[in-house]
Parts: sequence; structure tokens; C-alpha cells
Amino acid sequence: MSAMGIGSGHHEVAGAAHGAAAEHGAAGAHGEGHAAVWLRRLFASFWQSNVFFLGVSAVGTVFVAINTVAYAGWSIMVRRIAEAFSAWILPGGILLLALFVGADLLGGGHNLLFHWRTEGIMEEGHPNYDAIIAGKSGFLNLGFYIGRMIAFVGIWWFFSERLRKLSLAEDQMGGTGFWDKSINVSAMFLVLYAVSSSISAWDWVMSIDTHWFSTMFGWYVFASWWVSGIAGILLTAIYLKQAGYLRWLNANHLHDLGKLMFGFSIFWTYVWFSQFMLIWYANLPEEAVYFNQRLGGFDGKYTWLFFFNLIINFAFPFLVLMTRDAKRQIIMLKIVAMAVLIGHWLDFYMMVMPGTMQGDSGFIIEIGTGLLFLGTFLWLMTSRLAKAPLVPINHPFVEESVHHTT
Amino acid sequence: MTKRYALGIFEDEDVLLHAIENVRAAGVKIYDVFSPYPVHGIDDALGIERSRLPIAAFFYGLCGLSFALWMQIYMLGFDWPMIIGGKPHIGLPAFIPVSFELTVLFTAHGMMITFFLISKLWPRWKVPVMDVRSTDDKFVMAIELKEGTDLGNLTQLLRANGASEVNEKEMTKE
Repeated sequence: MSAMGIGSGHHEVAGAAHGAAAEHGAAGAHGEGHAAVWLRRLFASFWQSNVFFLGVSAVGTVFVAINTVAYAGWSIMVRRIAEAFSAWILPGGILLLALFVGADLLGGGHNLLFHWRTEGIMEEGHPNYDAIIAGKSGFLNLGFYIGRMIAFVGIWWFFSERLRKLSLAEDQMGGTGFWDKSINVSAMFLVLYAVSSSISAWDWVMSIDTHWFSTMFGWYVFASWWVSGIAGILLTAIYLKQAGYLRWLNANHLHDLGKLMFGFSIFWTYVWFSQFMLIWYANLPEEAVYFNQRLGGFDGKYTWLFFFNLIINFAFPFLVLMTRDAKRQIIMLKIVAMAVLIGHWLDFYMMVMPGTMQGDSGFIIEIGTGLLFLGTFLWLMTSRLAKAPLVPINHPFVEESVHHTT
Repeated sequence: MTKRYALGIFEDEDVLLHAIENVRAAGVKIYDVFSPYPVHGIDDALGIERSRLPIAAFFYGLCGLSFALWMQIYMLGFDWPMIIGGKPHIGLPAFIPVSFELTVLFTAHGMMITFFLISKLWPRWKVPVMDVRSTDDKFVMAIELKEGTDLGNLTQLLRANGASEVNEKEMTKE
């Protein structure tokens, strides 16, 4: 298998599986002839950062919803931070749609990001025809894809706003009625999110490598989003605490957030490994090509990142946050939360880049784009955070949260 | 050896927690507190140091991991090499699940055995029960009565801090 795919991406392997793809399946299918490399890099890095930040943003609402249906009291202290995260959902969703349409229009028949949008790839008899991709046309077609995108982002946005409004109204009027209502809203949201997060991972990330598929992928992407979201909430809470706000927040709340970050770093690794080991063991060409590209493909371009991904997202949080004392120390939590955020941004880099850019990706444009998104996300998040009291003062569990011990 | 204890009986965990703080602040040493269920914050209130069991657990885990890796590498790599699924003899990804399981097994059993030994919980060990109602709905605070302890003062202190009754109990330990 080491002879296959190296340096040429998935097209050649797919070509071996079915002759029709060979015509368009050469290494340069996305290459020089169609769009400038810098333009493709820009779109790929925007797509990577946007999918990452959109997911982290939605995780804020998931965090609120899970804690609400679990009747959790401790998390009330950081609830407003999680609520503020959802400020990026709508702008991020609109940008996602714009990027997809833009990649379609600017690609000139070859979408800058998605192989399955290549002109004629699903038309029998067309020189670009690819029987395998044509077989997926029931799911991967323009109308359904855009419809799903709008529906998913719409659902996330609608429920985020609903929960936020209930919480703000509770600040004004008090009573337990708003909380009762938010339990129903949260439960409905979680059911819809469970389905939509999985399918959005197939749509926005997995369909880049159109021939390839993995049933673990939805969970893998969700785990990455979720642990990043927790790290983001933790980092924001520490920042506010050190700036003199959130005086009720103490080591016990940080300890619990640290436990979640520790635990879900392990969960991510579990999902990552479950996906990797089955593919490694079975070694079927159409599955193994995904790791073939990342482990030695493109002249070994992504190999170091493949292992660094595991070190920064598993070994580092696992070993550093193992003791109770570390989870209660701000400096340790800060370092690990930053490592987790950078690590999972790189994880999305690993998911998106080999499929879109083959060997042409770099780090200057990509890191710049990441910082641009970080700045915009923080700007929207903090301005939403500033619009309401930092602690939902009338929440029925606020007293419990103040006296939380671990 | 026979020891005498004063037992303060409490009806409510919040009252108990405040009572523990006040009694300790008054300079009285509490022998132990018995409760029907774990009470949040009671360790801190009683000034009990944190267990060092997690440190032992880490090393049990390390033993399990090392043993699992050694076992698989030695058996499949050196002692009886076999080709399985065309993979290298020492194919680390295939060893991870077993290594994980043995790490958990060693950690769990090591912790359990250490905990039992430290707590002296072996077969036929008799556990002194101060007041059987602490297994039902009452919280019992036991204070050892040494020679010269003023039971009257102690009773007053416990009553003032919300004890519903104060009893005296003799315990014999072999």
C-alpha cells in the first residue's frame, strides 16, 4: 500500500478502483490549470478555520443545554460565557455558505474545495464522470447540501437564541418558569444537534475526500469541537477571573472544567484511535488512503503533524492534567487549554488540507486566517458577553453554584 | 482496651457541618463523624488530609502498561512470532487495546487492595458501630472522652450547635 497514493492524493487510488476516474484523476486535477494556488490556499484555510470556529461556537449552546437537562448547578457560574460563544453561529454560518458558493463560482467547473462539485462528475458519458461519486449523488447534490447547511446552522442559531432569550428574561423577572421552559428547549436542541453535528461533519469535512468514508467521522469531529469548546470556556473564565470579574468563580469550578477538558481529550483520542485502528487493521485501499496521505503522502509533508496531533491533543493534556492539583491551578489549566485549542485547530488542518490542497498547503496564510477568525470570534463573543450580567442572578441554581465544592 | 465516647446526634447535614466547624474552633478534637451518605465538604470541615491513593494508582497503572507491552512484544515479537493479517510482528496499534485494558485492571485492583489494607478491611475485622442509626437517618459525631474531660461542658457545646441528643458510649477494641 505504500506505493499507492504517495504524492498524488486520492485520485490515483480511486482511479485504480475504477478506470473512469483515471481521465480526470491525475495528480493535477485541482492543480495549476484551474485556479491559482494562493486562491485555493485562501479558501481551504478559510474553510478549515470557519468549520472549527463554527463548531466551537455551537458547543457553547450544547454546553448550556447539557447542563440544563442534567439539572447541573455548578456550571451556572460559566453559563453566560457558554451563551456568548454562540454569537459566532450566524455570521459563521453565512460565511460558510458564502465560501461554498464562492469556491464553486471561482473554481471554473472545479470547486476549489469539493471534488464532488467538479463539472460533469456525476453525468454518465462526461469526460469527468466518476461512477463512485455519481453513486453518492442522492446525498451529495447541490440543493440537498445547501439545504442541509442552512437547516443545521439555522437549528443551532434558533435554539441558541431561544435559550439566551429565556435566560435574559429570567434575569429581569426571576422565578423558575424560564428554567422549566429551557429544559424542554435544551432537550429538543440536543436531539437535533446529535443528528446535525454528525451529518455536518460528513458534509463539511468528510465530503472533501469524496471517495473516502468513515462511520466514526461524525463523532471524531464532534469530539474535536466539544473539547475545544470546553477549553475556550475555561480560558475565558480564567481571563475574566484574573481581570477581576466573576468573583464567585473559584478553584472548584475550574477544577470541574479541567476534569471535562481532561476527560474529553481522552474521549477524542478514543474516537481517533477507534477510527485509525480499524482502518489500519483491515487495510482496505479505499479506506487506508486517508491515512496513507497523512502518513507519508505528499513526500511526508503531513507526517510530523500526524504525530504532533496525538502528542498535543492526548499525551500533553493527559500527563499534565492528571493530578488533582494541576486541575486546580490556573497556570496549568491555561497552558493546557491553549495547547488543546491550537491542537484541535491543527486537527482540522489535518482533516481539510490533504484533500483540498494535496501537497500545496503551508502555514503562513493558514495561521493568519486562523488569527483573523480568532479575533473576529473573540470580538463578537466578548461584545455579547458584555451585554448581560456575567452571572444569571435569578437562576434557581445560582446559590448552589456559589457553594460548589469538588 | 476500653474507650469512652460522647456521641452527638444530628438530624441535618448543614447543621452538622456548622457544628463540626464550631466544635473544632472551640478546641475539641473530634474522633470521627458517621453519616448515612457522603456529605459534601465534610473532609475539609474535619481537616482530613487528602488521600495519597492516586499516587499509588499512577504507579499501578504504569506497571500494568509496562507489563502489557512487554508481554505482547515478547510473545508476538520474539518468543513465537506469527504473521497476523500481514502486519509486522510488533504492530503497536494492535497492542493498544490490550495495553489499555491491563492498565485499567492493574490500577483498579492495585487501588482496591491498597485501600483495603490501609483501611484494615480484611475478613473478620470488626468495625465499631457507634450508633446504628448512623446507617439510617442520623449523623453521629464521636468525641473521645479522656480522663478529666468535662462531659457537662461538652454536652452543652454540642446541644448549642444543634445536636438533638448527646449520649455516652463505651467501645471495646481488642
